[in-house]
Amino acid sequence: MNHYLLSLRMLRRDWRAGELNVLVLALVIAISGLTTVGFFADRVGMALARESNQLLGADLLIMSSKPLPPHFAEEAGKLGLTISSMTKFPSMISNGDGNLLTEIKAVTEGYPLRGNIHVTSQSSTLASAYPEMRLAEGIPTPGTIWVDDKVMTRLDLKTGDMVDIGAIQLKVTEQITREPDHSVGFINMGARALINAQDLAETELIQEGSRVSYQLLVAGEMKAVQQFRELAQARLAKNQKIEGIRDARPEIKAALERAEKFLSLAALVSVVLAAAAIALAVRRFTLRHLDGCAIMRSLGASQKQLLNMYLSYFVLLGLIASSIGCLIGFAAQQILAHWLTDIVETALPWPTWWPAVHGMLVGLVLLVGFALPPVLNLRSVPALRVLRRDVGLPNAHSLWGYFFGLTALSLLFIWKAHDVKLGLYIVTGFICAIAVFGGLGWILIKLLSKLRHQAGGAWRYGLASIHRRAASSILQAVALGLGLMALLVLTLIQDDLIKDWHASLPPDAPNHFLVNVQTDQLQPLEEFFQQYGMSQPPLYPMIRGRLIKINGKNVSPQDYAENVQAERLVRRDFNLSWTDKLARDNTIVQGKWWKEDTQAAEMSIEADIAKTLRIKLGDELTYDIAGHHFSAKITSLRKVDWDSFRVNFFVVVPPGLLEEYPASYITSFYVPPKEGAMMHELVRAFPNILVVDVAMVIGQVQQMIQQVSEAIKFVFIFTMLAGFAVLYAAIAATQDERIYEAAIFRTLGAKREQLSRAWATEFAILGGLSGLFASAGASGLGYVIGKYALHLDYAFNPWIWLTGTSIGLIGVLTAGLLGTRAALSTPPLLTLRKIA
Amino acid sequence: MANNDLEQPIVRTHALTKQVNTGDQQLTILQNIDLTIHTGEAVAIIGASGSGKSTLLGLLAGLDLPTSGKVHLDDIDIFALDEDQRAALRGKILGFVFQSFQLLPALTALENVMLPLELMSVPNAEITARRLLDRVGLALRLHHHPKQLSGGEQQRVAIARAFATAPKLLLADEPTGNLDSATGVQIIELMFELNREHGTTLVLVTHDETLSRRCSRQLRMADGKLMQ
Repeated sequence: MNHYLLSLRMLRRDWRAGELNVLVLALVIAISGLTTVGFFADRVGMALARESNQLLGADLLIMSSKPLPPHFAEEAGKLGLTISSMTKFPSMISNGDGNLLTEIKAVTEGYPLRGNIHVTSQSSTLASAYPEMRLAEGIPTPGTIWVDDKVMTRLDLKTGDMVDIGAIQLKVTEQITREPDHSVGFINMGARALINAQDLAETELIQEGSRVSYQLLVAGEMKAVQQFRELAQARLAKNQKIEGIRDARPEIKAALERAEKFLSLAALVSVVLAAAAIALAVRRFTLRHLDGCAIMRSLGASQKQLLNMYLSYFVLLGLIASSIGCLIGFAAQQILAHWLTDIVETALPWPTWWPAVHGMLVGLVLLVGFALPPVLNLRSVPALRVLRRDVGLPNAHSLWGYFFGLTALSLLFIWKAHDVKLGLYIVTGFICAIAVFGGLGWILIKLLSKLRHQAGGAWRYGLASIHRRAASSILQAVALGLGLMALLVLTLIQDDLIKDWHASLPPDAPNHFLVNVQTDQLQPLEEFFQQYGMSQPPLYPMIRGRLIKINGKNVSPQDYAENVQAERLVRRDFNLSWTDKLARDNTIVQGKWWKEDTQAAEMSIEADIAKTLRIKLGDELTYDIAGHHFSAKITSLRKVDWDSFRVNFFVVVPPGLLEEYPASYITSFYVPPKEGAMMHELVRAFPNILVVDVAMVIGQVQQMIQQVSEAIKFVFIFTMLAGFAVLYAAIAATQDERIYEAAIFRTLGAKREQLSRAWATEFAILGGLSGLFASAGASGLGYVIGKYALHLDYAFNPWIWLTGTSIGLIGVLTAGLLGTRAALSTPPLLTLRKIA
Repeated sequence: MANNDLEQPIVRTHALTKQVNTGDQQLTILQNIDLTIHTGEAVAIIGASGSGKSTLLGLLAGLDLPTSGKVHLDDIDIFALDEDQRAALRGKILGFVFQSFQLLPALTALENVMLPLELMSVPNAEITARRLLDRVGLALRLHHHPKQLSGGEQQRVAIARAFATAPKLLLADEPTGNLDSATGVQIIELMFELNREHGTTLVLVTHDETLSRRCSRQLRMADGKLMQ
C-alpha cells in the first residue's frame, strides 16, 4: 500500500513546485473545452430538438389513413406522455357566394403539444400582411372555426361571419397567422382552417373513402418519448407511420446533424491538441524524475513498485485535473448559455451529467495514454545514475510508446464523432500527418544543419541547437504542426459550414411559391411583376404523369409492397419538368448531364428516389401523361439540395420532349415583408394560382442557423486556448535545457542579445516548419472532411499556406522569446549552482 | 571494533572486468579485479579521477553490469540475478551514501529515511526512521524537505537513510565531496560511529588520503587495476 502514499506525496510536491503546470494546464483546457461543448451541445441539442418540435406541434406523431387504434394513446398515457389528436382532411368551405378548398384540421384539447398557435384579431385583410400577432387561447370552442388569411381573403370574410362546412355552419372567431405543422411542404400549403374535434362528426365530412389523415400527437420527457417510439414502432401497421422532427424536416435534419458533428469535432480537436501538449510536456517530466527513480532503484525498489507508483500518480493527477476541467467546463457553458439566451429564444434545458462523465474518461485516457508510456521508461532507469549522472538519459521516445494513446484517442474520436467514417478520416489523417511530418522534419533538419557551417553567428548556434535536439525538435515541430493544423482545419470548415448554411438560405431566399400558373397567364404575370418593379422569377413547367413501366415492364404499387414510400410514389402522379441547364443546387452523382442541343429521349432522376424505386442509370422509364405514353432513358442521377427552398423536380428531361403535353408552371421568389399587399393583389388577380407562403418556416430555419453559428464560434475559443497550451508546452519542454545553456553561454561571455538571437533563429525555424506542416495537412484534411463527412463544397484556399506558415512562425517565435525571457535574466551562477 | 567474525567474506570479486566501446576503440576501465572484503572491515578505495574506483563501486552494488567476471555479495552471485532481484538484494543488504546526497526532493527528511523501509515493507518504518534521525542530530528537522536543509544536514539524512535497513554493507561514494572540510569531518565522524554501532562493513571511495587512513585497509587503484 505504501507506494500509493508515496505517489501521493510526490504528486503533492510536484504540484506545489509547479512541475505539473503544463500537464495540468493542457488537460484542464482540453477537458473544459470538451465539457463546455458537451454540456452546451447537450442543452442546445435538446433545445433545438424542442424548438424544432414546435414545427411539428409535438415530439412525435403517429399518422394513419385509418382511425388509429386506441392502444397507441393508452401506451403513451402509461409512459406519462401528454397526447392530443388531430384529424386532417381537405374540404370545401363556403360563405354563400364563394367556396374554397381548404385543409381542415379538427383538433382536441391540448393541441399543439409543442409550439403555439398565433392568431390576429385584425379582420381587414388588405392591411399589412404581418399584422400584430398574439397567442391563441386553447383551441376553437365547439361551434367556431379559425381560418388563415387565405380563407379570409378568398371568401372575403371578417371575424364573426358564418361559414358552411359540410353539414354545419361555424362562426369565424380568429384568424390564424401561424401554427405548428409538420407538413410545410408546398403541396400542403393551401388554405387552412382549424375546428374543434367535437364538431367533426356533425360535419358528416368523414365518409368511407375520404382522404383523411388521423394523427396522434405525443410529447413529454425525451426518454419516455424514445421508449414510446420503440414500442409504437414494433406495433406499427402498414398504413401507419411515425414521424419525429428528424423524419419530417429534411432541411432541419441536415442542419442539426452537421452542427452536432461540427461541435463534437471542435471539442475533439481540443482533445488532440491536449494530447500533443501532454506528449510535449511529459519529456520534461521524465527528465525531472530520472534521479528519483534511480535512487529508488538503488534503494531496492522493484520495477513493479515503480510502475504501480507512477500509475497511481497519473490516475490521481488525471482525476484531479479532469475534475477541474469539468467544473470550468460547466461554468463556461453556463456563461455561454446565459450570454446566448438573447439569441436563443427559448430557455435552455438543464444539461445531463454525461458530458462530465465523458470529460473524466477522456482526461484519464489522455494522461494515461500519452504521459504514462514515456514515464514508464523511468522504471528501467539504470540505478547506476546515482553514481554517474550521464547515464540513463531517456532516448527520444519511440512512436510505439504512444501506440496505446493513439489507439485510445482514435476509438474516442469514432465514438464521439458519432460517425465511424468521420472518425476514421480524422484519425487516419492525423496518423499520416504524424508520419509525414516526422519524416519531412528529419530530412529538413538534416539539410538545414548542413547550411550551418556557411551561416554566421546566431544562425549557426540556432541551427546547431536544432540539430543537437533533433529528436525533440522534430517532436516539437510535429506537435505544433498538428496543433496548428487542427486549428486551421477547424477554421476552414467552420467558415465553410457557416457560409454554406447562410448561402443555402440567404436573406432573400425564396419565401413564396406560385403553383398552377397556366400557360396563358405567363404574360399577364410578367406584367404584374413589372408593375411592382420586380423582375419575373424563373417559371418552371410542370407536367403530371404516372410511372407505368420500367424497362418496358409494367410497374404497379404491389411491386413495392414492402416499402410504403415507394408504393406511394408509384400510386401517385410525378411532377415532370424540362430544362436545359442543371440547377445550381443540383449535382450529378452518376452519369452525365445532357448536351445543350440533345435530341435524344433522355431523363435525369433524383438519386434518392431512384434508390427507393430501385432504378439504375440506363433504365428506361415510361410515364402515362394524360393518356399518352412517354418514354426516356435515364442518363444521369442528381443529388438535390432540398435545404434551398427552391423549386426542384425529381424527374427532368431536356427541352423539346414534353412541350406537346398540357403543362402548368411553378415558381418561387422572394417578397420582402413590407410588400405583403402585393401578394394579396396577386391572389385577387389570379384566383386560380395557389400561393404558398413559406416565410415563417424559412425564418425559423434561419434563426436556428444563427444560433448554431454563434455556438460554433464560442466553442472555437476553447480550441484556440488548447492551441496555446500546445505552444506553451512546446516552449516549456526545453526550458530547463535552455536555462542551463544560457548559464554556460553567459559565463563564457555571451551577451543576452547574442543568445536571444540564436534562440530566435531556432524558434523561427521550428515555427516556420510547423506552420508549413500545418498548412499542408490542413489543405488535405480539410478537403477530405469537408467533402466526404460534412458534404460541403470545399474550395481550396491558397492563402492557407501563407496564413499557416506565418501564424506558425510568428506564434512560436513570440511565445518562445517571451517564454525564455526568464532563462535569459537568471544570473548564471545561480543556475549552475542549482544544476550542481 | 565490534566485529566478531573477520573470516566471513561479505564481498568477493573474481576477475572483474569492465570495458566500454568508444566508437572504434575499446576502453578497459576495470581489469581483472580480484578482491575479498570481510564482514566488519572498513575498506577505502583510493585513486585519481578516472582510475576506475567509482566503476568498481557501481559493480559491487550491482548498479552496473561487468563485461566479465563475478561479484558475490553475501555469497550470492549478483550477476546471476535479474535486475529486479538485484534491486531486492540491494534493499536487503546494502546501504548507500552518495557525494550528491540523492535525497528525493518530494519527500521530507523523515519520509526519505522511511523510503527504503517502506519499499521493503518493513513494519514500524516511522519509529525506526525517527530514531535514526534523532541519532544523526536532526530530531527537529523531521518534516523539512531537502531544499530546506543545508548540505551537511542533507548528508546526515542520507546517512540515516543508509542505516535504516540495518545493511550488512555500506557503500559510500565520496561522501564529503560536496561539503566544506569542517562539515566533512563531522559527517565522517558520524558515519564511522554508526558503522561501529551497527557492525556494518564499510566500503568507501575517496581521493582524500586522510580520510582513507581512518579505514582498516586501503586499496589503491590506477588505470583500472588494483595495486595492493
